Amino acid sequence: MHEAGIMESTLALAAAKARDQGATRIHRIVLRIGALSGVEPEALRFAFDAMAKQTPAAGAVLDIETVPACGRCEECDLEFEVTSGFIFTCPKCGRISGDLNQGRELELARLEIS
Amino acid sequence: MSSDSATASIRSIDVGISLLEANDRLAERNRAEFRRRCITALNLLSSPGAGKTTLLERTLDQFGRETRCAVIVGDLETDNDARRLRRPHAPVVQITTGTACHLEAAMVARSAAAMDLSGVRMLFIENVGNLVCPASFDLGETARVVLLSTTEGEDKPLKYPPIFKSAQVVLLTKIDVADVLGFDRAAAIKNIHRIAPQAKLIQLSARTGEGLEEWYDFLRTLVPRT
Repeated sequence: MHEAGIMESTLALAAAKARDQGATRIHRIVLRIGALSGVEPEALRFAFDAMAKQTPAAGAVLDIETVPACGRCEECDLEFEVTSGFIFTCPKCGRISGDLNQGRELELARLEIS
Repeated sequence: MSSDSATASIRSIDVGISLLEANDRLAERNRAEFRRRCITALNLLSSPGAGKTTLLERTLDQFGRETRCAVIVGDLETDNDARRLRRPHAPVVQITTGTACHLEAAMVARSAAAMDLSGVRMLFIENVGNLVCPASFDLGETARVVLLSTTEGEDKPLKYPPIFKSAQVVLLTKIDVADVLGFDRAAAIKNIHRIAPQAKLIQLSARTGEGLEEWYDFLRTLVPRT
């Protein structure tokens, strides 16, 4: 359950950003979470519900955009979305690749504040 | 303030900051500090009981005689591992995380600052036994080493892909008991290669010593020449 710690830093980051902008309330938090980030969106939501109350994000909406894993074949220089679990098989040549172009994101993307 | 006026003044701002920004920044600081001091830092990750501590005991006794090593070891409670690892020639610090399921860069920075790292070329960071959470936290290591033991299932890499995806090295441990357990080594190796084709694979047994020379040879390639 490292999601609690991650949500704690998310709320701190969001509060600091809002404060920088002279805002006192956060209405929406948009996160981008990669499929291979190792973070479970449901656990993030659970932590958010428990922790947001005491912060400027009390009552805010939490949006989680998931970012699919995207591999790249060194052989074909082809970028492809990974659909079959986490085995990155090039759809063109069948080679298995370890290159990950996208899917590790763990990002505070956007805020709505006032 | 009425809710109408609040709604009217709501504005949207793009942020684009990593949620682990604080940790990542400290990890970069650790990495720079290790580099400055010519220390190679390895982050050892596995489920509990995969053999991290036993491997480190052997490594300190053998490889540790030619290259000065140090260990930072993380567990929720007890200093049992630090006591097992303590050697006159190798500083060891235990981190007890309480309930936290992983090590973070700040804990490593504090521990490293509290140790005598003079002459140390290789720092092993034994993470909390957990195949999920530690994957997300950069500690400032030079490389990640993920252990899979033959007492676990051959399909562990398929079940816990993020951590195996992030590995530079995968160690298949306890190979001496593979046959007794009916562990299908070929299937495990195939699964490791499918999930982590980028990783170097070494098969070993810390008990019989099989494969340890290959592990030490690999460590030698990482030690900066001074």
